[in-house]
Amino acid sequence: MSLSIQNLTANIGDLPILKGITLEVPKGEVHAIMGKNGSGKSTLAKIMAGHPDYTVTGGDVLMDGRSLFEIAGPDERARAGLFLAFQYPMEIPGVTIANFIRAAIQSRLAEGEELEATDYYANLYAKMDALKIPRAFTSRSVNEGFSGGEKKRCEILQMAMLEPKYAVLDETDSGLDIDALKIVSEGVNALRSPDRGFLVITHYQRLLDYIVPDRVHVMVDGRIAMSGDKNLALELEARGYDWVTETAAEPALA
Amino acid sequence: MITAPESPAVIETNPFPHWFQREQAAALADYESTPAPTRRDEAWRFASLKALDLSAFVPAPEIASEGKLINASTGLGDFAARFVFGNNALVHHEAPALPEGVIVEPLDVAAYEHEALFRAYFMAQPVELGSHKYARLHKAMLTGGVLVHVPKNVEVALPIELFYWVEGENSSVFPHTLIVLGDNAKVTVIDHFKSADGARAFACGINDFHLGRGSQLTYAAVQDWSRDTLAFHLNSTLVGRDATATALLANFGGGYVRGESLSKLAHDGGRSVMLSMNLADGTREIDQHTLQDHAAKHASSDLLYQNVVDDAARTIFAGIIRVQEGESQTDAYQRVRNLLLTDDAIAVSMPGLEILNDDVRCTHGATSGGLDPDELFYMQARGISKKLAARLIVAGRFNSLVERIDNEALRDRLRAVIADRLGV
Repeated sequence: MSLSIQNLTANIGDLPILKGITLEVPKGEVHAIMGKNGSGKSTLAKIMAGHPDYTVTGGDVLMDGRSLFEIAGPDERARAGLFLAFQYPMEIPGVTIANFIRAAIQSRLAEGEELEATDYYANLYAKMDALKIPRAFTSRSVNEGFSGGEKKRCEILQMAMLEPKYAVLDETDSGLDIDALKIVSEGVNALRSPDRGFLVITHYQRLLDYIVPDRVHVMVDGRIAMSGDKNLALELEARGYDWVTETAAEPALA
Repeated sequence: MITAPESPAVIETNPFPHWFQREQAAALADYESTPAPTRRDEAWRFASLKALDLSAFVPAPEIASEGKLINASTGLGDFAARFVFGNNALVHHEAPALPEGVIVEPLDVAAYEHEALFRAYFMAQPVELGSHKYARLHKAMLTGGVLVHVPKNVEVALPIELFYWVEGENSSVFPHTLIVLGDNAKVTVIDHFKSADGARAFACGINDFHLGRGSQLTYAAVQDWSRDTLAFHLNSTLVGRDATATALLANFGGGYVRGESLSKLAHDGGRSVMLSMNLADGTREIDQHTLQDHAAKHASSDLLYQNVVDDAARTIFAGIIRVQEGESQTDAYQRVRNLLLTDDAIAVSMPGLEILNDDVRCTHGATSGGLDPDELFYMQARGISKKLAARLIVAGRFNSLVERIDNEALRDRLRAVIADRLGV
């Protein structure tokens, strides 16, 4: 059981963005993808979630053996168990957090099956409390007027409520101060489980002090240039991304 | 459809005093002699004029399903008064929580018992946004409607809820809500316009509000006539010194709907908030004309219309901000947002300014666009289908307007109506 990315290539328009990505996140593990801006990290996340702006030109992504690309819409992929925490969560004016998450959960239920309101709110409040999100937020419009930290906590709240099989966290640490980073990381760690895999995309090593990964992959120009254990993140922090570029380029020169 | 009020049969059933019946006869004559709108009339430039053919409509018969309608007339849990009209006739009323001195009476009763009020305020405002002819018809045919009068310094804590039902093929109804607030009075009123059987009908309604000094009115109308109904809703609001009127007009039904809303800031410090949510789908046409008429200093008006246009439907918005000469320090805002859900959907927006003064702050604008693909993607990435996401976004736009209403019970009620209508 894994989220398996196999030689994935993708374009935006005619421009190749992903140039052959291969990595496998087994259930129960946390993998990190690090890379500079523009290396294709966020593109990878959006393509897996089904963003319509990108064209997959080759390769595959298998979620527990099933190709994501055979699951038509982003909504169906989500219902199949994939979750994407957005780098820039969208504002939805007039739609409250409570109603939004309820609609998302209701979408996973069989036709005619109704979510029980009392249970739903009990669950929602418990998870909000854990993420230190004030309960009054249930009646706030999704992400509207939220600070960066509030938006990211709200992403983790949605993940906690939707209980995905695999979660992709796209730069969840961006825009967070250290306190918010701790809260968000605790939220993620609380969801780590043998039944769930994580792909954590980040620019900075800092997040990985709190969400300690099983594997670290470094992405350069649409490819995985290097993989290693958690210490790779520290080494990267010390040596910088140019070190990866140079190291990765060596075999090609040889 | 028109039966002259001077014919004996009508006098017998006409509940109004004779002096008013004579005015009705004159109004009918005026209606008949006023030419129907043509394409050359600026106020009717974009309207589907063929929709205005009234020949098939007949006077509404007595309601057949009175009990059913009364049972269906539920909304607010707690209310100060509830009146239910079926085909122009009052079929139910209760007033469990009206403070001393507050009048909520059918207009025909008010014309006898509160004649001075009736004479002073009934259709006292001119209808100047194009539908003068239909306002005359309304007056001529009027039998139902309500007067709400809140005297000076009285606050009605709970909302007043009014239901206007129409029943029967080609029935004609003439709803009328007249609200008169004394100085520093406060009230919340909601009108429901509903079809009992989904049949084609003709509705020609008037809402007139008169706000005394420092008074506060919160008003909402939920129009949910049947899909083939021809409807006119003509609103006028006269805002007194330091008074505040907030009105939210929801158009969820009808075939061709003509709305006219005039807010007159006649006294210094007045404020008028004009909100509207319009759901045009199928082949519905919602044709709205507004006037923010500033004839006082330090007055403000704030208009926000949210149009959602689906299928092959159409909305028309023509709004004018008029600041009369010498009326300085005016704040006037006018904004129309059109959300177009299909390529066939049409939204025509014509904002306009007539400013005869320098010391004013006016902004107006209209925006049109489809659903934001990134917003849709975000919602889909949570497992919500594109269709449901679109409905949630629409409901969200409408709910954002509801937030502007300062009565919690009314907000809850309106949110429930929106959720129900959009299936979210």
